[in-house]
Amino acid sequence: MRLLKILKLVTAGFALLTFMATSPAAARIVVDVNRGHADPLPIAITDLVGSESDIVSGGSVKNYGQRIALVIKANLTRSGLFRSIDPEAFIKSGTIEENLRNPNFNNWKAIGAHALMNGSISLQEDGRLKVEFRLWDVLGTNQMTGLRYFTSPKNWRRIAHLISDAIYKRMTGESGYFDTRVVYISESGIATQRVKRLAIMDQDGHNHIFLTNGKNLVLTPRFSPTAQEITYLSYHNDDPRVYLYNIDSGKQEILGDFPGMTFAPRFSPDGNKVIMSQAYKGNSDIYVMELRTRKIQRLTSHTAIDTSPSYSPDSRFVTFNSDRGGSQQIYVMESSGKNIKRISFGKGRYSTPVWSPRGDLIAFTRQYKGKFYIGVMRPDGSGERLLSESFLDEGPTWSPNGRVIMFFRQQPYDDKGRGGETQLWTVDLTGYNERQMITPLDASDPAWSPLIR
Amino acid sequence: MLEKMNSVKYWALIGSALLLSACANTNTGTVPVTPTEPVAVETEDPVVASPPETVDVETVMEDPATQSSLDTASGNSVAYFGYDRYDLSSDARAALQAQAAWLQTHAAVKITVEGHCDERGTREYNLALGDRRANSVKNYLVALGVDPSRIHTVSYGKERPVVTGSGEASWSKNRRSYTRVN
Repeated sequence: MRLLKILKLVTAGFALLTFMATSPAAARIVVDVNRGHADPLPIAITDLVGSESDIVSGGSVKNYGQRIALVIKANLTRSGLFRSIDPEAFIKSGTIEENLRNPNFNNWKAIGAHALMNGSISLQEDGRLKVEFRLWDVLGTNQMTGLRYFTSPKNWRRIAHLISDAIYKRMTGESGYFDTRVVYISESGIATQRVKRLAIMDQDGHNHIFLTNGKNLVLTPRFSPTAQEITYLSYHNDDPRVYLYNIDSGKQEILGDFPGMTFAPRFSPDGNKVIMSQAYKGNSDIYVMELRTRKIQRLTSHTAIDTSPSYSPDSRFVTFNSDRGGSQQIYVMESSGKNIKRISFGKGRYSTPVWSPRGDLIAFTRQYKGKFYIGVMRPDGSGERLLSESFLDEGPTWSPNGRVIMFFRQQPYDDKGRGGETQLWTVDLTGYNERQMITPLDASDPAWSPLIR
Repeated sequence: MLEKMNSVKYWALIGSALLLSACANTNTGTVPVTPTEPVAVETEDPVVASPPETVDVETVMEDPATQSSLDTASGNSVAYFGYDRYDLSSDARAALQAQAAWLQTHAAVKITVEGHCDERGTREYNLALGDRRANSVKNYLVALGVDPSRIHTVSYGKERPVVTGSGEASWSKNRRSYTRVN
C-alpha cells in the first residue's frame, strides 16, 4: 500500500487518506460532463463489506455498508453521467478479501461494467466507523482511486456523499457537488394566504429541517461561502428587510439600518460583504454592506429598478438586472459600480442573473411570449443557451462545480384555482437530465451551498 | 318597502294617541262606564305593543374610521395597474380621489399603502415594482392634500395575490395597491 497524500478535514471532524492512487494518465475511462445526454457510464457499486454482528445505533455495521452504497448509487445516477448496474447481475466468486484487493475484472467486464466501486466498513474501538473504498477501471484492470474515512455513525450520509464526490471527480476530472446542502423556501396553503418557511436539506433531500415557523413571510435565502450563514428577506413586523441567519446558533439579525425595504441579498465570494437592493421612495438601487464594519456603499443611482445583484467569483464584477433601457435586461458593472454595460439583447425580459462559481457563465431567468426559461450566457452576453422552459421557471442557483443548475417551477392555476404546485428542479448545463427534487411541501427560491468543508 | 314601513309607523302613532287619550280619560274618573267602548281599543292594542325607539339610536351614530368605512367610500380601497406599469390610470385616480376625500374627513387615521403584482414576473423585480406602485399611490394622495407622515408603504411583490388564477382576468385584479387603515 502506497500512501500518497494525507488530507485532514479538521472542521468536519473527518480524517481521510488517499492510498494507492494511480496517475491520471493511466486511466482509460473518462466521463465527459459536456455530454450529459450521451450513454451514461455503466458502474458496478457493491455494498461495503461489514460485520453483521457489530451493532451501532440504527443497525449493524453491515447494514450501514448497504445504506452507504445505496446513497452513492442514487447520487451518481441522478447526475445523469452514470448507470448503476443491478446487483442481481453481479457474478460471485472468490473470497471477500480477494474481491476487495484484487477483483476479477473478467467477471465485471462480462456484465458490462466499465468501473467498479468496492470497499469495507468496520466499527473502531472509539465508536467511530472506518469506511474505505476503491474505484477500479475494469477495462484497464487497475485502481483509479482509494480513500479511507473515519466518522461517527450518525454522519454516515456524509461519508456516502464524500465517496460520491471522489468517484465523480476521478471519473470526470471535475470536483463533485454531492456533499452539499440546499436552503430554500418551503411553501404551503392557498395562494392568497401562502405560508413560507426557511428550510434546509442535503442536496439529495435528506436531513430536512425547517428553520423558521412560518409566522413571518420569508424569501430568497442565499448561502455564505462557508455554508454556515444564510442571508434572506423577512417580513418581520411587516417590515421587509434583509436578515442574517446563523445555521449553527439559530441566531437571526437584521442587516443594516436602511430607511427603505432591503431585498435581493447575496454574499460576496469572500463572505465579508452582502450586496442587495434598497427600495426607497419608489426607486430600487444596489448597495453593498461590509459585514464587519457595517459600512454601506451605494453602487447604482438610477431611476430604474436595479436589483438581483450577483458577484463574479473573483469579486471584480457584479451582474444585476435593470429596466433602465425600457425593459428588464441583464447588466454587468465593475464592483465599484463603474462601467455599467448591458449584456442581454434577446427578445423578452431577462432577470435574476447569477454568476457561475467557475466564472465562465451567467445563469438567468428569461420571459418571452408567456413562457419562462432558465438559460446561461457568457459574461459578455454571447453564447446564450436556454436550458428549461415552462409556464414559470425562475431563480437559478449553481452547483458548486458549475455543472448543474437548480431552479423552481410553478404550475399554472386552472379556472377553479386548482394547480399552482411549486417545486425545485435541477437541469444539467447541457440542458439534459431535468429532474424534480423531492421536498416535504411545495418549494421555491433554492440556493445551493458550496462544498461543505 | 319604505312606504310600507311608513304606514306601519303611521298606524302605530294613531294607536298610541288613542291609547294615551283613553288612559287620560280613565285617570280623570269623570267619564261614566259604558259597555260599548272597548271594541275599538282591542283592535289597536297589538300594534302599539312594540316600542320603536331602538331605530332612532342607530341613525345618530357617526361614520367610524374603520377599514370597512374606507372600503365602502372608495371601492374596496384598491387601485389597479397595467402590466409592468406603476402610473395611475384615470380609474385609479378616481379611486384614489375617493380615498383622499375619506382621509380628509378622518384626519387622525394613518394608513399603509400595499403594492402588489401579478405572478408574471420574477420575485425580486416584483418586490421593486410593488414598491413603485405603493409610492405612486402615496405621491398622488399627498398631491391631493394628505399629510405624507400619515402614509406608510410596503411592497408584497407577487406574494399576496387577492385572486387565485393564471390568466389575465386574475392577473389584472392582483396588480393593485391596497390602502390599509392602521
